Amino acid sequence: MVTHATAREDHPAVQKAPFRARLSRIDVKASPYLYISPFFIVFAVIGLFPIIYTAYISTRKWNSIAGDLGVAAAYGQSGETSWYGNFAWVLANHDFRDALFNTFSIFILSSVPQIIAAIVLASILSANLRARTFWRMGVLLPYVIAPMAAGIIFRQMFADETGVVNIVLQQIGISPISWHGNTLASHIAIACIINFRWTGYNTLVLLAAMQAIPNEVIEAAVVDGAGRARQLLSVVLPMIRPTLMFVIITSTIAGLQVFDEPQLFSISQSFGGSDNQFLTVTQFLWKTGFTSTSDSNMSRAAAVAWILFIIVVVFAILSYVLTSRIASTGGPDKPKRGRKGASR
Amino acid sequence: MSSARSVPSVALTRQLAGPGAARAAARRRGRIRQTGEGRRPGPVSYAVLVFILLISLYPIYYTVQIASTAKETMHDFMGLSLGSNLFDHLATAFKELNFWRALRNTVLVSSLCALSVVAFSTLAGYSFAKLRFRGRGPLMVFVVGTMAIPTQLTAVPLFIVMSKLSLTGTLTAVVLPGLVTAFGVFWMTQYLEAALPYELIEAARVDGCSMIRTFFHVAVPAARPAASMLALFTFIAQWTNYYWPFLAIGTAAQRKPLLTLAAGTLSAGHYQDNTLIMAGVALTSLPLIILFFVAGKQLVAGIMAGAVKG
Repeated sequence: MVTHATAREDHPAVQKAPFRARLSRIDVKASPYLYISPFFIVFAVIGLFPIIYTAYISTRKWNSIAGDLGVAAAYGQSGETSWYGNFAWVLANHDFRDALFNTFSIFILSSVPQIIAAIVLASILSANLRARTFWRMGVLLPYVIAPMAAGIIFRQMFADETGVVNIVLQQIGISPISWHGNTLASHIAIACIINFRWTGYNTLVLLAAMQAIPNEVIEAAVVDGAGRARQLLSVVLPMIRPTLMFVIITSTIAGLQVFDEPQLFSISQSFGGSDNQFLTVTQFLWKTGFTSTSDSNMSRAAAVAWILFIIVVVFAILSYVLTSRIASTGGPDKPKRGRKGASR
Repeated sequence: MSSARSVPSVALTRQLAGPGAARAAARRRGRIRQTGEGRRPGPVSYAVLVFILLISLYPIYYTVQIASTAKETMHDFMGLSLGSNLFDHLATAFKELNFWRALRNTVLVSSLCALSVVAFSTLAGYSFAKLRFRGRGPLMVFVVGTMAIPTQLTAVPLFIVMSKLSLTGTLTAVVLPGLVTAFGVFWMTQYLEAALPYELIEAARVDGCSMIRTFFHVAVPAARPAASMLALFTFIAQWTNYYWPFLAIGTAAQRKPLLTLAAGTLSAGHYQDNTLIMAGVALTSLPLIILFFVAGKQLVAGIMAGAVKG
């Protein structure tokens, strides 16, 4: 920078000047690295190292008590070893397949209605409302209810005999639904928990993007005779596409890892339901690693973690591609904007 | 909003161009009101919002309602009426939860994480946003990339390491993985890039400030609004985090109570008595609800600012 040259001119007569100048140059060169290094050092310890270590563990036979017991046992052949033995075990496991299905089902049931609701709510909130801060805070209130608490609350609301949902259903003459026993019903109930907490948050994210749309663009659509639905579909949605993709991708990443809600939704100790009705992949990871006593419990859990990671990455990319397709058919837009949204 | 700024106000038009022009301006303004930002929404919009507000509030009210009923009458349909046992149940849950210790531990853990995330992120974010150094681009891409990594991926080895260091069952184990977040660095970088002019940094340097003094006297004050929002969000995220504390504390939940885990331990011990569990849920949710009423505006502003800048 220019700055240290000026600094030297301020003290021309002092003998120390060359030394100070050199010090200042070192300061300028080294400081950027010094400032980012605390973050990277801590991150290496608590973020990077565990990821690499997970990969290593997943190829071993690793028990939570005994530790490393050598290379993983090959799946289905006793006495043999193979580095991908744990992965084969996981992929062939029936509980894991159930968990995979449930996770996708809950993910779809939570994210699709949630994003549609968030778009509608955001477009209502973007109008010139009275008491707008009140409404904005209102939709955000569930965000401060911990997923754990929400899980317990909805478990009670959807309780098979004592829950308010079934009581109301009976009052209006519909036979009660087995919210914990039935697979689809339990997925809907768990999706309700997720939607309860996140719809308002996503509404505000989308609202911010909608308010950044220049007024002239909307006015032009109005002049051209577009109704409110047409405005939303053909003007607003294409213009908030980067943010929309951000919302979709973050809810994909979070939705595929769902744990708290189904865990607390479970009655008594049958986590994930008595017949895996709502066991998710992360719950399966926990059951495999932290409740099973198999001699490779930790390494199998590590294998689940990596499989989940790959699924998350694939789906994040997939939803990126899908949304850019869908959104780009809605109206004119610049392809450049999409990339910005994905990089977040 | 931006268009309104470039057009002179009706009153100003009256002064500059006379009453006729002012009437025309008012008419024009009225027409703009019909569209976009300016349009006044009809009753349907309010009805939808009231409906959404009610279904957001109902589960919270339901918690209080169940907590207030006697165990025997829980099965009856109560409409919206409250029972008479609320304070009994709250008092019992308060004792069973070891509320004050759980609150203290939770506040401690969440504040430590919030402080540390803000400190590390401001330092790194300043460097990324305003200083030039080799490798800046790739390192920033790396930071952004790591935001997509699922927390579950790191749970297994972190647990192994923590048990090797015999840290499982301690608050240290809960705090450690929350000390830094890639999101925090990204957030501060984005903010400082826009909010801190190079001129200010250069002025400080010309005045003879060392790099670190420049950071403390110029960057830190400029970063304050974003830093407080980051602290708020990290605090809430850590407070509501369940998965890692659940693994790290494990069976020590009685000795090291945390509010997020506490209601869970209540349900393990007393899963027959749902009235008590709901009282526990109400108690453990209360601190964040209070925080929401104090800092809700900042939360709304923070979410909306993040959406625009990110």
